Amino acid sequence: MTKKIKFVQGNEACVEGALYAGCSFFAGYPITPSTEIAELLAARLPQHGGTFIQMEDEIAAMSAIIGASLTGKKVLTATSGPGFSLKQEAIGYACMAEVPCVVANVQRGGPSTGNPTHVAQGDINQARWGTHGDHSIIALTASNHQDIFQMTVDAFNLAETYRTPVILLFDEAVGHLRAKLEIPTEGELHVVDRLRTSLPEGVNYHPYLPREDGRLPMSDFGDVHRYNVTGLFHDMWGFPTADPTYINDLLHHLVDKIENNVKDITRYKEHFMDDAQYVLVSYGSSARSAIHLATERRLRGERLGVLELQSIWPFPKELIREKCDSARAVLVCEMNMGQLTAHVRAAVRKPNRVFLANRTDGKLISPLDIKRSLRMIQGRGV
Amino acid sequence: MERTRIVFSGSGGQGVITAAIILAEAAVIKEGMEAVQSQSYGAAARGGATRSDIILSNEPINYPGVLQPDILVCLTQSVYTQYAGIIRPGGLLLTDPHFVKPAKEADAYQVSVPIYDMVMEKIGKPIVFNISMLGTLFGIRPLFNPNSLMEVIAERVPKGFVELNEKAFTLGLELGEEYRQDF
Repeated sequence: MTKKIKFVQGNEACVEGALYAGCSFFAGYPITPSTEIAELLAARLPQHGGTFIQMEDEIAAMSAIIGASLTGKKVLTATSGPGFSLKQEAIGYACMAEVPCVVANVQRGGPSTGNPTHVAQGDINQARWGTHGDHSIIALTASNHQDIFQMTVDAFNLAETYRTPVILLFDEAVGHLRAKLEIPTEGELHVVDRLRTSLPEGVNYHPYLPREDGRLPMSDFGDVHRYNVTGLFHDMWGFPTADPTYINDLLHHLVDKIENNVKDITRYKEHFMDDAQYVLVSYGSSARSAIHLATERRLRGERLGVLELQSIWPFPKELIREKCDSARAVLVCEMNMGQLTAHVRAAVRKPNRVFLANRTDGKLISPLDIKRSLRMIQGRGV
Repeated sequence: MERTRIVFSGSGGQGVITAAIILAEAAVIKEGMEAVQSQSYGAAARGGATRSDIILSNEPINYPGVLQPDILVCLTQSVYTQYAGIIRPGGLLLTDPHFVKPAKEADAYQVSVPIYDMVMEKIGKPIVFNISMLGTLFGIRPLFNPNSLMEVIAERVPKGFVELNEKAFTLGLELGEEYRQDF
């Protein structure tokens, strides 16, 4: 069977991935550079029996997908920096109420309305700590269209598996780039379905009573079971509680369910890493330039490798340590003031060997930009 | 095929972005190549300077920007002034005398082809200018089978306009062939 090949923007690859994963509800408020995701789903979702709603703002959009998810839908919203800021309160609600949902943030320059039509990767830490209080979160990213598709499917799978919001941290450069996308055939990629309770009507359902494996089966809200959902600390019935034991247990559960499964959640790619003396750590569209440079320098015998992260949160600390500790130097290539660099430094044994190669002027970081930084730290001058 | 880096530049409304998408899409969908297309993207729309970068290759393409194009198309004087200097030595620099008065010397095969005048004379509708430009480019340098481009054009335009675009493309192809140079 020949695969369907399309020539599309990265944002459309996200749409294809969402539909493949079974997304049937999108609520959003259009914002550059993510608008194509909303635009295309407005056309595509109704054809698949799904629902598209353009809401009055980003807060309403985030709230709408939480509600729709509780009724049993796989849900998505898409935004960029300013909208992502607005969604944070409701993202915290989804963390607390353990509602599976996917939020695509196609990053542009910030803070504030910033640089709407140009690339940046400045929302790395916002994805982790944008909402208040202790919690954990999953954030995935991708540098090319095939991976955008895969990571979007994975985002839906992880959201269902861990009952958590999952952030897709894409960026303008890869979101707007047009390139080849091969749509995987049905069944080729694993799709995790909603875990629903087997309890029939008339039997009490406890929405926050875990099974033996720790997972919480859901019951479509408004169907046969009545239960409560709240952003307050709650007991197994979903009702608010101020009991210190419940509070402590729930907070630990919210953090541990993700932080204890870093290995399962971590996604990455290695390029020329086997004997690399110098390691470029990168992600998203920056990784394209890192891989470009490594490919070119390998031809000249330089032992340069690229560790491309596809999951940012939970931060793959052990992976970074394993891959970077024996390197002469580690250069983190990103389009911000060093947001990921700080975490890489904290992960390795010799943090003074970790450097930043960045670009923050709205232009895609180029292989030459990275090469210049590399030569500086090698003491070879630009 | 070697990696080919292309820049189309002009002003908003001339259809350079659409032409770039058609070229790259044909390479991927019809020719089975790798291709990426990106564009400078600002608040300016009609009338502002536009630029689209295309890379064609048989290998995976990572960094999508074009620093030194093998083929550069400039369709306004201002983008000509801005970009003529970035052409790869020995590359192809295509302009149209209706829009651009080219400098005498360029480190490239510089051709000034009256595409616009031909379109107005033979078709009378400037809307297909970009399709004729694509035809002309492929007349001068066939990067792959021109029929692949025509197939993509036919898929993208409304049914009633396929014939018009076919004519514009073929006329461009014939015009370009007069300027073909073997390398």
